[in-house]
Amino acid sequence: MVTGIQNIEPTAIPDSMKQWEGSLEQLRGLVSERALTGETMLLNMGPHHPSTHGVLRLLLELDGEQIVTCLPDVGYLHTGIEKSIESRTYEKAVPLTDRMDYLAPMSNNLVFALAVEKLTGLDVPERAQVIRVICAELTRINSHLVWLGTHALDMGAMSVFLYCFREREYILDMYEMLGGQRLMSSYIRPGGVWRDIPEEFLPALQRFIDYFPAKVDDYEKLLTNNPLWIDRTQGIGVIEPEEGISLGVSGPSLRASGVNWDIRKSQPYSGYEKYDFNVPLGQHGDVYDRFYVRILELRESLKIIKQAMKNIPAGPFRSTNRKFVPPPRAELGRSMEAVIHHFKLWTEGYNAPDEEVYVAIESPRGEIGCYLHGTGGNKPRRVHFKTPSFVHISALGKIAEGHMIADLVGIIGSVDIVLGDSDR
Amino acid sequence: MGVISSKLGDLGVVTTTLDTAVNWARTGAMWPLLFGLACCAIEMMATQASDYDMSRFGMELNRASPRQSDLLIVAGRVTRKMAPVVRQLYDQMASPKYVLAMGDCASCGGVYNNYAVVQGVDEIIPVDVYVAGCPPRPEQLIHGILTLHEKVRGESLAQWVKE
Repeated sequence: MVTGIQNIEPTAIPDSMKQWEGSLEQLRGLVSERALTGETMLLNMGPHHPSTHGVLRLLLELDGEQIVTCLPDVGYLHTGIEKSIESRTYEKAVPLTDRMDYLAPMSNNLVFALAVEKLTGLDVPERAQVIRVICAELTRINSHLVWLGTHALDMGAMSVFLYCFREREYILDMYEMLGGQRLMSSYIRPGGVWRDIPEEFLPALQRFIDYFPAKVDDYEKLLTNNPLWIDRTQGIGVIEPEEGISLGVSGPSLRASGVNWDIRKSQPYSGYEKYDFNVPLGQHGDVYDRFYVRILELRESLKIIKQAMKNIPAGPFRSTNRKFVPPPRAELGRSMEAVIHHFKLWTEGYNAPDEEVYVAIESPRGEIGCYLHGTGGNKPRRVHFKTPSFVHISALGKIAEGHMIADLVGIIGSVDIVLGDSDR
Repeated sequence: MGVISSKLGDLGVVTTTLDTAVNWARTGAMWPLLFGLACCAIEMMATQASDYDMSRFGMELNRASPRQSDLLIVAGRVTRKMAPVVRQLYDQMASPKYVLAMGDCASCGGVYNNYAVVQGVDEIIPVDVYVAGCPPRPEQLIHGILTLHEKVRGESLAQWVKE
């Protein structure tokens, strides 16, 4: 029983946490000269704003309602994940990667696992590859559902949000079966996956596959031909193909401009070359096309999952190389060697050579890359993630220029940014 | 509330204390601030969406303005750059105001013991309820909110006046 009011006096904010208070002079060169004379208005949007999808801050220079300059300010969610990984062994770093792009944790696990495998030359059994593909595609659906829900919510369509989150719960239930956690399951590990798929997983997946396509039709009924939706999205925030490439935009946001660039096709990993799927492309590169490409991707992901679940090969779910992967629990009671391996791997970890690798995969929002530099010891010297959200935020200024402030909300939503992914 | 219809007959009279009535109103429509920081915000959204439906507790309405909200759910890691902003939002809220630290990061820094993350939001603002988990399940958040409601029901107006 808790009663009464606690009179806690908050301590004063230390100087190191004080907000920066700059002068207009410091913005010279970043905003137009008109802003310095007061002809145009400077407006601060965020970091607490319902439609910046997290703690993004935008400094807007407005001429009436028109955006003259849009300066994104990131770092409000800088968590020091890359630095933290430097003090952890490779196995223990996996849970931190979950928490970067929190809408697509499995994609982050996958790119980190692939980088570690490339660095150490660790093998991945065939069964694990297929399970990874299923997880990655479920993650894509999961992420796109949150994206669609919040994007539509920003544009004023409340019901889509409720529908999308209803379907998303099915995927989270499946995550829970796999990794024991709804969001941060850390299921994909170097050398394979954490454990074998439980027996209830495949029936649940089958139920989802049967259930989901009709729901995508529902979203389409609500939005695709909705005149209000079309009015607000078509012709807004156009990214020209060349411009998109030069800005570094990737993923569905680039494909909506008609550029056929999908790492699953161009540099296949985890056996993506074995699956038959299309890469949906847009034509105009506007907010509407970015929406429609993602809707089509939902269906393509389902297609991949269907093919993958039909032939999951038998065999180990994780590499049997005991120098890298701890032995199963059952073995500990029988083999002294297993006990030694278990102890060594969980206290000290394994060593990786003093080399650098870079691996990129197709995450739901674009190309996510992992640069990993070993030391020869059990901890990495440097880890860096090249994340799509960071690139997309840097492109925002260019895309939003000349649009009305009301359209900016749609543009932010359409390039699909996650601030955890950007700031890390 | 004590319905003493047996004594007064069927007159539809309800008698109660002012404290109970005020606290009933406060718990029945406690509007959270529409404010998410990181991963926990996604679970907070899930709590408000279809399956868990926080509107059962009169909390479906998230206000985007701190002036209109009663509850600050600190959902996610508070970084050193974000800390002054969180504090400012708290200062802008009108009393009575409550703070719920959602998740390990907001409660104690969680897995991030490093240069960038404030080790618990209670370093900068007073917290009423802590919810553990990384991120907490929606059920855990709802439990935290019900705990807060329980706390609010135990409050007395006299204490507010004294302040």
